[in-house]
Amino acid sequence: MTTGVRDTSDVGRIGIDDQLTAQTGEGGQELARRRQTTPGELGREIGAVLRLPEGPVLDPTSIDVERSEDETMIINMGPQHPSTHGVLRLMLELDGEFVLRTKPVIGYLHTGMEKTAEELTYVQGATNVTRMDYLSPITNELCFSMAVESLLGVEVPERAVWIRMLMSELNRISSHLVWMATNGMDVGSTTMMIYGLREREMILAFFEKTAGLRMNLNYVRPGGVAADLPDGWEDDVAVICDTIDARTYEYDELLTGQPIFHQRMEGIGSLTAEEALALSVTGPLLRSTGVPWDLRRSMPYLHYDQVAFDVIVGTYGDNFDRYAIRLNEIRESIRILRQVVQKMPLGDYRAQDSKVTPPPRGRIDASMEALIHHFKLFTEGFRVPTGEAYQAVESPRGELGMYLVSDDSAKPFRLHVRGPSFVNLQAVPLLMRGGLMSDTVTVISTVDPVMGEVDR
Amino acid sequence: MTVSTAGTYPVTVGVGGETVGYVARDGYVAAIAELKACGYELCADVCAVDYLGHPGRPLPEGIAPERFEVVVNLLSLSKKERTRIRVQVPEDDCVVDSLFELYPGTEAMEREAYDLMGIVFRGHPDLTRILMPEDWEGHPLRKDYGVGRVPVQFKEAPGPR
Repeated sequence: MTTGVRDTSDVGRIGIDDQLTAQTGEGGQELARRRQTTPGELGREIGAVLRLPEGPVLDPTSIDVERSEDETMIINMGPQHPSTHGVLRLMLELDGEFVLRTKPVIGYLHTGMEKTAEELTYVQGATNVTRMDYLSPITNELCFSMAVESLLGVEVPERAVWIRMLMSELNRISSHLVWMATNGMDVGSTTMMIYGLREREMILAFFEKTAGLRMNLNYVRPGGVAADLPDGWEDDVAVICDTIDARTYEYDELLTGQPIFHQRMEGIGSLTAEEALALSVTGPLLRSTGVPWDLRRSMPYLHYDQVAFDVIVGTYGDNFDRYAIRLNEIRESIRILRQVVQKMPLGDYRAQDSKVTPPPRGRIDASMEALIHHFKLFTEGFRVPTGEAYQAVESPRGELGMYLVSDDSAKPFRLHVRGPSFVNLQAVPLLMRGGLMSDTVTVISTVDPVMGEVDR
Repeated sequence: MTVSTAGTYPVTVGVGGETVGYVARDGYVAAIAELKACGYELCADVCAVDYLGHPGRPLPEGIAPERFEVVVNLLSLSKKERTRIRVQVPEDDCVVDSLFELYPGTEAMEREAYDLMGIVFRGHPDLTRILMPEDWEGHPLRKDYGVGRVPVQFKEAPGPR
């Protein structure tokens, strides 16, 4: 990797011919010194996102580029920093204790999952996508399966739809619990760390009972889900709901009313609704600015239009709002879960479409045709008609979108994933501008990036 | 297949019920700006597709298929609607204008499309590689870029790429 000082001739490097011919050296990814940066890039690094006539517009051309390097310093935070939640690397320009510019440098976990998806059949595809956002695997599988189903035109049975809702809400709770835990850790509360992971364990145990795995479930598949819910699932879910609901009030006592916690969270990392929309930010980050945008409510998928729940919004767009939104979303998810348990219909857990559904296990031993069918389905897969589909679901971090292109073969021609963490990370320079170095930790935490999804 | 109300580009309806517009490369930013003025506040996604080896895809009349396609997914919070804009980008001149001035949030997405697919976005403030290392050669998501393989320890097995 090329390091070192970029020379000033790089400044006008938007020369297109040069970029097309040169295969290497498009430019450094790191935070450069002010004089060696284009005004546009400089503006982005200080978080000047708005080009609006009104509002507090920060003009990148008014930045003091000649500022002496003795006054500021550029430091590296990560990629191996415990508070960066994975392998996120931030380059910060500091003036003493204050952050002037920030640049997230990502890609340390890039494993080419979009390329891998083109090599796997649709049957195998869910196994791949479930590893992207490893804290909410169900959401990934759900998005992928719904995109495939919309191209196939397969109807999913009612019970499968409700099982999918049950599992996604459990997953949302477990994802938010990990967030509560790590956020508690970031502000110094090791108790919260233990509490969050303790409660999450209940949900992972239920996942194991249902799908056989704790994390990368491969449970939601095109056509339905992999298995029916285990016997006594209603009691398990009721216990999970009651326990976690009661314990969210313990978190209230531990954190919400805590003066130190308030000082670390309130008024720090503020975002306005205009800035959030301009930066394409979604999820709790967007809702914290007061925009009531939740895909479950605004553009309902599955049967979210048949359950009652509230969309939690904030007012100030600061760290504390984002904390409060996630805590209350746990309670709303519990509310949805209780309704799902009541409304769960009987019936099939996967579509009886022999094109996408393997034959039942019992028939494989009895029937040669069923064995051949099973074998063909898992070796060759099924063909999906030519077309394109964009499917979006509300992941715990925001809008998770998948753009699927099919060419009438058994493998996706192209699968593009719009990771909410990847997009939300763009708000970090803005949230950190002018803040204290120590607040960077809480800001990264409340943006809640999952690096598996950022880098894919 | 109908023609949009503005009468400038053909539109179809996607599988999810969203509007899909097919815009020429020259009028791309203007068309997006017009949609932004119509209430599409948020640019959900920008990505590129390499159609090498899949030229016969259905496109409306008057749209010549090219190797690359830049796909922009816009979201209107007020109207609760999605619109997708597809732009054909030829292989020998894969340059489109950047949407950065309209939607600053496309910055990382365009960098990703450049990094993995080699589409150059004119006017982007910092068009560098984002996921691959900065000295990487080639654009991995292109169809003519190999997947690579793990060497297998058998005598006749093909070696590493």
